[in-house]
Amino acid sequence: MTLFGYRLPGMSSLILWGLLWEFVGQSGMTFFVPPLSEVLSTLFEVVQTAAFQKALYETTYAFLAGVFFAIAIGIPVGILMGKNRLLDELLLPWVNVFLSAPLTALVPVLMVLFGFGMKAIIITTTLFGIWIIILNSRAGVKQINRSLVEMAHSFGASPLDAFFKIYFWAALPEILGGVRIGIIRAVKGVIIGQLLISIVGFGALFELYSANFLMAHFWAVLIVLFALAFTISEFLAYLERRVSYYAAKR
Amino acid sequence: MAMSQIDPVVIDNAESAVSTRNISKNYGDVEALRDLSLEFPRGQLTSLLGPSGCGKTTLLKIIAGLLEPTSGEVEVNGKTVTGPGPDRAFVFQDFALLPWASVIRNVAFGLEMRGMGKSEREDIAAKYIKEVGLGGFEHSYPHELSGGMRQRVGLARALSVDAEVLLMDEPFSAVDEQTRRKFQEDLLALVQNENKTFIFVTHSIEEAVYVSDQIALLLPRPSRVHEIIRPSNFRSKGVDNIRRDPEYLDIVDEIWASLRTYVE
Ligand SMILES: Nc1ncnc2c1ncn2[C@@H]1O[C@H](COP(=O)(O)OP(=O)(O)OP(=O)(O)O)[C@@H](O)[C@H]1O
Ligand SMILES: [Mg+2]
Repeated sequence: MTLFGYRLPGMSSLILWGLLWEFVGQSGMTFFVPPLSEVLSTLFEVVQTAAFQKALYETTYAFLAGVFFAIAIGIPVGILMGKNRLLDELLLPWVNVFLSAPLTALVPVLMVLFGFGMKAIIITTTLFGIWIIILNSRAGVKQINRSLVEMAHSFGASPLDAFFKIYFWAALPEILGGVRIGIIRAVKGVIIGQLLISIVGFGALFELYSANFLMAHFWAVLIVLFALAFTISEFLAYLERRVSYYAAKR
Repeated sequence: MAMSQIDPVVIDNAESAVSTRNISKNYGDVEALRDLSLEFPRGQLTSLLGPSGCGKTTLLKIIAGLLEPTSGEVEVNGKTVTGPGPDRAFVFQDFALLPWASVIRNVAFGLEMRGMGKSEREDIAAKYIKEVGLGGFEHSYPHELSGGMRQRVGLARALSVDAEVLLMDEPFSAVDEQTRRKFQEDLLALVQNENKTFIFVTHSIEEAVYVSDQIALLLPRPSRVHEIIRPSNFRSKGVDNIRRDPEYLDIVDEIWASLRTYVE
C-alpha cells in the first residue's frame, strides 16, 4: 500500500486500529477496555514479573512436549495407515471423529484421568495436534507413485528401508503441511487446556487477573499470546515454502 | 523368404537364463496370461511384442518376482523364483526415480539396499553414470533432467547392481524418436559388451526386430505365445545396415501381418 507516494510497510493498518483502541480507552466508555498505551506499558511490566515468566516457561514446556508426541506418534501412525489396509480400516473412522470433535469437551475428562496438572495439559496439546498430522501423513503415502514402491521392492528393500527411504520422503510435503496445521492447533490446545485447568501457566495468570479486574494485565498477556501464535504460524509457513520446491516437481 | 522362424536346434543349443513354465495369471475375472511357456537364452536379448493389454508387463513383473503367477513357475538359472532377487534388475517404463535424491544417489539405490558402504557404492554408481553418458550430472536432481536423461539414470541404476538378467518394460517409450534410435544402438552395444540376458518389452515392431536376438510375439484373448522369431542374418551386418536389410524388412512385414487383426 502507498500513501502520498510513500510505500507503507506491511500491516501499517494496525496503527489505525491501535489509535481507535486508544481513543475508545481514553473516552472511558467501558472499564473493560483500558487505553492501548496503558496496556502496552503494563505489558512491559508484566513480562518482567516472575509469575509471567513461570507461566511462559510452563506453557512452552507443555507445548513442546505436546507437539513432540503429536509428531512422533502421528507421522508413523499416518504412514502405517497409508501402507496397510487393515490398520487403515481400523483407525480411520476414529481419526476422522477426533479431527472434527470438539476436543475442549474432553479436557475435563482428561483432568479426571490424569490429574489437574502438566500431564493433562500436555495430553490436551497432543490431542489437538495429532489428528491432522496422522491424516496428512496418510494422504501423503496414499498418493505415492506405485512404481517407486515396486522399484524399492525389486531392488530388495526391507520394510524398514521402504519406510524410511521411500514412504517418508515421498509423503514429506503432505507431512509438513499436516505438522504445520497440527502445531497451530496445538497452540490452541495448550492455551485451552490451561484455561480450563487454570492452576498452571497462563491459565493461572488469567484467573488471577480477571479475579482482580486487572483489565490492562489481561489484555497485555492476550497480546503476547496472539503475537506468539502468529509468529509460530508464519515461521512454519516459511519453512513449508522452502520445502515445497521439490514437491511441485514430483 | 530369408527368415528363420522357430528353430529347435538353436533353442536347444542356447542355454536358458530364464524359463517360464505354464504361467497363468488371473486378475479376478480377467485372464491376463494363460499357460505361457517361454525360454530366454543366456546372453541374448528377447523382446516381448504384442498389442496393448496382452500381458507383457504382467509377464515381466512375474519374472521380476513383483507379481505372483496364479499357476506355473519361473526359473532363473535353474532356481525357482519366489520374489525379487539380486540376479534380476528392472528398468521401469516411468523411470521410478526418487525425486528427492540426486542422480548419483538414485543410481546407487540398488547397491544401498544391498548394504554396500557409501563411498564404495558411489564409486560404482559414478562409473555407470559415465557409461550411460551422464557424466557431470551426478549431483543434478531428476526434475532437472530431460526424459531421455532420466531413462538413462534408470538404466544406470539397473546396470550398477550387476544383475545377470535385465528386465526392461518399454524403456524407450517416453523419449523422442531421435533419442530412441540412439538408445537402440546403445542397447545393441550393451548386449554385445555385457554378458547379460535382456528381456525387453516393446510396442514397436521395428524396435523389436532391430534390437532382438529373439522375438516372442504375444497375442491376446487368451494371452499366448503366437510365434517365436529369431532374426539371424542381419545381426552381424553392422548397426547402420540393419534397417535396410531385406530380412529385417520381411520380418517387420510378417509381424505386422500377424498383429493387424488385433488392432482395431
Ligand atoms: N492390477 C490389475 N488388476 C486387474 N487387471 C489388470 C491389472 N493389471 C493388468 N490387468 C489386466 O491384465 C491384462 C494385461 O495387462 P498388462 O499390463 O500386462 O498388459 P500389457 O501387455 O503390458 O499392455 P500395455 O502394452 O498396454 O502396457 C490387461 O487386460 C489388463 O487390463
Ligand atoms: Mg505394459
